[in-house]
Amino acid sequence: MKSYYLFSKDYHSEIRTRYAINSLIMFIIVAVSVILFSIGNERVPGNLTAGLYWVVIFFSAMSGLGRAFISEEERGTSMTLQLIASPSTVLSGKIIFNLILVFAMNIVITFIYSILFEEFVIQNYILFIINFILGNIGLAVSATIISAIIAKAGSKGTLYPVLSFPILLPLILTSAKLTLFSIDGTSINDAVFELAIVACYDVIMVSASYMLFDFIWKD
Amino acid sequence: MIWKVFLFLLLSFVLIAGIAFPIVNKPSLWYEFPFIKGLGQNAKIIFFHVPTAWLTVIAFLMSTIYSIKYLRKKNLDDDAKSYSAAQLGIIFCILATITGSVWSKFAWGSFWNWDPRQTSIFALLLIYGAWFALRSAIEQEEKRATLSAVYAIIAFITVPFFIFIMPRIMTGLHPGSADDTNAGPVVSFKMNSNMQLIFYLSLTGFTILYFWMWRLGYKSIILLTKFQLKDQNKQL
Repeated sequence: MKSYYLFSKDYHSEIRTRYAINSLIMFIIVAVSVILFSIGNERVPGNLTAGLYWVVIFFSAMSGLGRAFISEEERGTSMTLQLIASPSTVLSGKIIFNLILVFAMNIVITFIYSILFEEFVIQNYILFIINFILGNIGLAVSATIISAIIAKAGSKGTLYPVLSFPILLPLILTSAKLTLFSIDGTSINDAVFELAIVACYDVIMVSASYMLFDFIWKD
Repeated sequence: MIWKVFLFLLLSFVLIAGIAFPIVNKPSLWYEFPFIKGLGQNAKIIFFHVPTAWLTVIAFLMSTIYSIKYLRKKNLDDDAKSYSAAQLGIIFCILATITGSVWSKFAWGSFWNWDPRQTSIFALLLIYGAWFALRSAIEQEEKRATLSAVYAIIAFITVPFFIFIMPRIMTGLHPGSADDTNAGPVVSFKMNSNMQLIFYLSLTGFTILYFWMWRLGYKSIILLTKFQLKDQNKQL
């Protein structure tokens, strides 16, 4: 229950400044328009849009999700958090906040994509939605734990994508493949192995984050 | 001292045998290697490429083990051991990438074509690079040791996806991929006994070399920090 209060604290401070939301929306617009400018009048085949979809998701996540712990260090409130809550509660609150941010962000990206790219037509909706949920959970959890490392490393913002990319690579590769499957209309039975990899990734990442967060959080 | 001479002799023998012994269709003499379909004369790189790739993973594993040890005991010597292992790991990782891409130039016709194995070694290089970038960003020693230990553990648990799962389920050109019918499990079935012997000798030799270099590495790091501390105390 305490983690819910932490989440609502983050939610209210976010609503007050709208820093993460605004930068995320602007970043999505910039990234998509860069892709649109670079392809010009060419028609992009469906298998390329699946890859480009995850490029936009990765870089938008990198611009928005790093705030979770960096904002605490910048405002000097991390000590207070250490006093009032246990590390796992803090992590849960941050993960819930990032999960909601990632889901909102990816719904917007999917919406923009289906309007702008004619070839981005989902044939297998169930597969797409399962992949969407599993992929977003993995993205949010990894982004949160890396954000905690970065925040303690002295808020080196440029390091964030550098550290996140190798960790997120298995997730992005498999999820991009699954998105391609759902565009091609592959049945779920043929994609069970890839779905299992993404699910395993989520489980491993969640358990590792909760085990290792104590060491990052306590100075 | 005696084992250094032994190591020198062992590695010289592996080097000479690996390069000079001929590959023939029907090996009859003790020094002849069998012809493996799909590998051909390029098969000799197995004596140098596989040990480097093996040591890349061993170094990463040791770096992670000492990271876990550091987080449990908070002893900075363990951090030095982990750092030294990772330093060697990135050297062997670069060597494995280069020897692999030289081999792929002659076997497949191009230096790099994003085969699943190439993707996985590239990801390993990225992980090592990110780890060193993180270490160089933090100045305080305890903080640097803790954060890089945490990152090493997180990176190590995602590595099995690259090294063990992905290259075996995805179709690729590297020997040992899912659809590989020619070379297959090269070590156990297609090599004859003398090729296996030299392969395992090479693996042993490189592993001993690695442990020697690792010991030198972490001892020099520990000594260096000691001297720096002494200097600081003198100035105070």
